[in-house]
Amino acid sequence: MRPFDYHRATDLDDASGHLNASTQIIAGGTNLLDLMKLQVMTPQQLVDINRIDGLDRIEPEGEGLRIGALVPNSDLAGDERIRRNYPVLSRALLAGASGQLRNKATTGGNLLQRTRCPYFYETAMPCNKRDPGTGCAARGGATRMNAVLGVSEHCIAAHPSDMAVGMRVLGAEVEIRRADGSHTRKTLDELYSLPGERPDIETTLSPDDIITAVILPAPVAPSVQSYRKVRDRASYAFALVSVAAVVQVEGGKITRADLAFGGIASRPWRDPAVEAMLVGETPSIDLFRAAGKRLVAAAETQPGNAFKLPMVRRTLAGVLAEATGLSEPTTGTDNVGEIA
Amino acid sequence: MAERNPPQSVTLNVNGTSETLEVDTRVTLLDALRDHLNLTGTKKGCDHGQCGACTVMVNGRRINSCLTLAVMHEGDEITTIEGIGTPEAPSDMQRAFVTCDGFQCGYCTPGQVMSGTAVLEEFRQGWPSHVSKDLTGNADFNDEELAERMSGNLCRCSAYPGIRQAITSVATKTKEAAE
Repeated sequence: MRPFDYHRATDLDDASGHLNASTQIIAGGTNLLDLMKLQVMTPQQLVDINRIDGLDRIEPEGEGLRIGALVPNSDLAGDERIRRNYPVLSRALLAGASGQLRNKATTGGNLLQRTRCPYFYETAMPCNKRDPGTGCAARGGATRMNAVLGVSEHCIAAHPSDMAVGMRVLGAEVEIRRADGSHTRKTLDELYSLPGERPDIETTLSPDDIITAVILPAPVAPSVQSYRKVRDRASYAFALVSVAAVVQVEGGKITRADLAFGGIASRPWRDPAVEAMLVGETPSIDLFRAAGKRLVAAAETQPGNAFKLPMVRRTLAGVLAEATGLSEPTTGTDNVGEIA
Repeated sequence: MAERNPPQSVTLNVNGTSETLEVDTRVTLLDALRDHLNLTGTKKGCDHGQCGACTVMVNGRRINSCLTLAVMHEGDEITTIEGIGTPEAPSDMQRAFVTCDGFQCGYCTPGQVMSGTAVLEEFRQGWPSHVSKDLTGNADFNDEELAERMSGNLCRCSAYPGIRQAITSVATKTKEAAE
């Protein structure tokens, strides 16, 4: 690691006063320290926000929940309210990382984790995300873990988070504290930038913004919720493809089909056109296949990741079949009852 | 940029003993334990959170000590393998690893014992896992659940059958004692 100064922030004012383009917030640190050891990230100062009061709670907010930025992934996945009313989020969290990492990783930090593109990690290789203007070594390289949607000429990195896919399907909003003490909220599509010309700019946050919470809207109830992750080993691996779904069926017709995807895109992916194709229709495998085809219509593949297209189409069809009752639910598909 | 920043003082409570250290900000909790406190039971495997050899408990929860900085743990309660048991008085989990041949080379074993000990507590507290059929109830202890919950601890000798057997034997014993 390069030398850095360490500051333990006492409150949000103190923290934001120390933040600038050459500093980094540290919360769980599980991704940041990994990157600092490899000198992919070389902040001059770490601002530790772990001792700031009040950021580690899950509290009611309207009909939804306010999840503090420092709530560990384990606690969020295990929270009784999340398990009962937002099971897709529990499932997404539990599909990610390992028990040790989930104990340390936080809600805010999980959202801001960096891609696991191997060329981003290898400082001897060109990478427009790590070192703007140097090129993209992933193109023409090993692309098994790379994205096929939301990519640009300059970057094909995939967003690695499972949790963020669960948050995305639930329509979560991120609460951000600005340096002047005001608060604002962003949807995940407003938070994450597409790579475009500047893949190094991953979010719309300013260096002195602090994520303080994630807000979940009212639960979708009744509904069937599902998170399915396809990966190279049974546990503790990043997604090749993941599908999150929140589905309602009434009178034999699909009335709601919120879908989000991981492993295939530069940010947690949602496609309103695919959802619109499903709503109002009678569930059928043909319909689900057509939706999958639509999802990947604009995909740009590499030789090493073209397999993700049939994989995500089949995964989507399987998830929708379970969520609409066409096939028996398996582990990962949960019912949410009416809220008492 | 300075070649190095001045050391910072941090006080850790390690296995019940308060320890004040002067460390470079870059020192991980793992390196503080091994190199500053000479508690070498905790092992450095990958140093990137992928293998679990460095697993310790912080305030009762298992974490990878390689992916956290010593200076972040002011006042925290750290439990290492040395705090779990001794050769003269091993914990039930340590004894079970010996009885069940839960290792070959032994390098991953401290991390496996720490995780195994933590996993039983996580079951007791009703934590769900990726393979739990029903999220709203408490998961049953079985092989599939155990393999999933232990997936953050790799064993290059592949002593997994013995590791599972060891943890299962402690779980069974604990359950019988409770009944």
